Amino acid sequence: MSKINARIPEGPLAQKWTNYKDHQKLVNPSNKRKLDVIVIGTGLAGASAAASLGEMGFNVKSFCIQDSPRRAHSIAAQGGINAAKNYPNDGDSVFRLFYDTIKGGDYRARESNVYRLAEVSNSIIDQCVAQGVPFAREYGGLLDNRSFGGAQVSRTFYAKGQTGQQLLLGAYQALMRQVNLGSVTMHTRTELVDIVIVDGKARGIIARDLVTGELQRHFGHAVVLATGGYGNTFFLSTNAMGSNGSAAIKAYHKGAMFANPCYAQIHPTCIPVHGENQSKLTLMSESLRNDGRIWVPKKKEDSEAIRAGKLKPTQIAEEDRDYYLERRYPAFGNLVPRDVASRAAKERCDAGFGVGSGLAVYLDFKSAIDRLGEATIKARYGNLFQMYEKIVDENPYKTPMMIYPAIHYTMGGIWVDYELQTNITGLFCCGEANFSDHGANRLGASALMQGLADGYFVLPYTIQNYLADDISTKRMTTNEPEFIEAEKSVKDRFAKLMSIKGTRSVDSLHKELGLVMWDFVGMGRNKEGLKIAIEKIAAIKKEFWSNVRIPGDVVGMNVELEKASRLADFLEIGDLMARDGLNREESCGGHFREEYQTPEGEALRQDDKFAYVSCWEYKGKDVEPELHKEELVYENVKMVQRNYK
Amino acid sequence: MEKTINVTLKVWRQNGPKEKGRFETYKVNKVSTDSSFLEMIDMLNEQLINENKEPVVFDHDCREGICGMCSLYINGHPHGPDEDVTTCQLHMRKFKDGQTITIEPWRSAAFPVIKDLMVDRRAFDKIIAAGGYISINTGGIPDANAIAIPKVDADEAMDSASCIGCGACVAACKNGSAMLFVSAKVSQLALLPQGRIEGARRAKAMVAKMDELGFGNCTNTGACEVECPKSISLSNIARLNREFLSAKFQD
Repeated sequence: MSKINARIPEGPLAQKWTNYKDHQKLVNPSNKRKLDVIVIGTGLAGASAAASLGEMGFNVKSFCIQDSPRRAHSIAAQGGINAAKNYPNDGDSVFRLFYDTIKGGDYRARESNVYRLAEVSNSIIDQCVAQGVPFAREYGGLLDNRSFGGAQVSRTFYAKGQTGQQLLLGAYQALMRQVNLGSVTMHTRTELVDIVIVDGKARGIIARDLVTGELQRHFGHAVVLATGGYGNTFFLSTNAMGSNGSAAIKAYHKGAMFANPCYAQIHPTCIPVHGENQSKLTLMSESLRNDGRIWVPKKKEDSEAIRAGKLKPTQIAEEDRDYYLERRYPAFGNLVPRDVASRAAKERCDAGFGVGSGLAVYLDFKSAIDRLGEATIKARYGNLFQMYEKIVDENPYKTPMMIYPAIHYTMGGIWVDYELQTNITGLFCCGEANFSDHGANRLGASALMQGLADGYFVLPYTIQNYLADDISTKRMTTNEPEFIEAEKSVKDRFAKLMSIKGTRSVDSLHKELGLVMWDFVGMGRNKEGLKIAIEKIAAIKKEFWSNVRIPGDVVGMNVELEKASRLADFLEIGDLMARDGLNREESCGGHFREEYQTPEGEALRQDDKFAYVSCWEYKGKDVEPELHKEELVYENVKMVQRNYK
Repeated sequence: MEKTINVTLKVWRQNGPKEKGRFETYKVNKVSTDSSFLEMIDMLNEQLINENKEPVVFDHDCREGICGMCSLYINGHPHGPDEDVTTCQLHMRKFKDGQTITIEPWRSAAFPVIKDLMVDRRAFDKIIAAGGYISINTGGIPDANAIAIPKVDADEAMDSASCIGCGACVAACKNGSAMLFVSAKVSQLALLPQGRIEGARRAKAMVAKMDELGFGNCTNTGACEVECPKSISLSNIARLNREFLSAKFQD
């Protein structure tokens, strides 16, 4: 039998989730407190799951690597969160949100999961308002909406340009309430370093206290990973410096499938790179595309003059500007999905029309300011404009912003079934860390939706279907041989890293990996390049394991050791991304294979060959992973070429 | 054209909470003025690693001014000399070639040093745990538009809710008071009808926890507002005082 079984409930699409909930197993209140659930990560998915499970009465152990659960990178999401409320009366519905998400994901997501996501989206908004999340409102006192890429309705709820912050603080506060009530134990500055499997089931973790360096053993009847994406494989990304893919790799090493690793989203509106000491890239919210118009000069000589500092963008006449998104995609204009907008920017810059360093395009607010006034623009995007000015030292009210695409979000991740359970029994995965809802491309304002859907409304149900059979399993002492063995292998790995004593800093090697990823596994990929990437990554891996330098000691705080351990895992992820990209001989969403495009340069899928989820199984150190396939069946939407013209 | 500067750093180094700390002096050359302050420290650390020395430990994460993890007391100011930014959004163009920059951790009894420039701010989490929320569980919630909230109230709540919990207010305060942090959360929730219900209980619980954890008293110097990277207003403290007093009268 195949190792891949998505366990999608029977019945019509719109009835699946209701039917599932009606018939799933539940755990009665007196048994809940006997069951321990470990939740790794305190972003939107992890914090909401931990808080909800705690409220239900489970005994929850929550872990984060930061100094506080309020820091996770969900906090940096700016633009908003989607829901199918249809408050603006513009024709939205659960089906339409489902359809837009499937289409936006370029027909590479699982229908049943996406429909459920759209279904629970409305409850998220209710929940957050009740928590005191200060969403933007109209003068009548009701909630305001705005539009985002890939949709023709306004379904995005927002809190200034700080929606992720407000939603995360809501979830964090719910979590801290449970900490106060004793149902959740919080472990900050503590990192998962291995997952413990007993009799084929996930039964706990080995964690490292980042302050003391001590290894700890923790038992759980179930383990939930909510550890975010692996965009930092590229070194430069919009992710936080600490965001990493290590928990995913630990799960992968223990047998969990890594699904669609090559699906990475390149966000079109980021502040361009300033130089080689750049440490991260800053996103400018997609919501800016509601009022900003993207352009480059029509004439190459104008672009050249701008790059040489001889011309200013404000001196380029209207008729000499190429609003290339409006030109190519009249129906969606500046609000095409992210992958389309990113590739269009790359196309113009590669053709020699780029501004700034050559790798930048303009995002211009002049016509919006003329139409609405500076005060309105300030009310909508004030904090984003201020951030831009602090970083670039230019006033975007007076001169257009410069933007360029950057790695932002990873749609791929740990494979999960309908219940968000991985193929390891008892190991669950939610939020960005799993692969399930966004297919090959995520729409704007859908990450917050998915994280909170998983954490508040999906996992707290589905995990009970598993735990209900576990009520008689006694808590383990963590002195079982499996725990001892796992701890020993972690100890050996850290000792090995410390013993290398080479000459290269972790960052210098990470930057090298990042350049390979950007050049060969970035916005445009091809067969030759991907093969080169696999070779180059193997060489960096060798260099890393023979020449990395980690000062200090394994005992006590050692930031370089933390970074080295994560880089070792990024090297594996980079390899997986390149392999998966090589295997997928088609273009879809964020995965653009240059060999597969329409005459107009749009992504060309090969549905007859690749309408499946690529699930990679670990086969051992330096052994090629094995590919398994989950065939994608579309019963409710017709697969067509995406068209935003 | 890229402009670069050379700077001298006086950095606080301390091995642990109980160890004695000291200033170390380092030079970092050819720093692009477009670099952020933390990118400059990355350069310093790369330099130290190449010299086989231990890099400087500091807290940071999102590097876009929102997570609240970065700190640093730079030339006598929390988050440095620029206004309305966190350290990660402070750029080197704010410094001069040849300048000496003094970098210290937050200094407060409630935030013990962990190592070098990194401090323990879990006291803030404990204050939130004491009452910084609306006591509802997941699910069974009325429609989001069931309660209309005046836009001015929602906007004001949003301003208060912008606090990133970095602790600059405590570091700036000569008394080490956490009043700006506490009052921002109390205000946000008190301004919204959903949060009004347990307003009195919340104000009392959070203030009691703050006092218990060793934060100092507020003497209205206003230093916190000046140094706050998110411009959280002192009016929040006035509102907290009103909330607290009326809660006490109800007792």
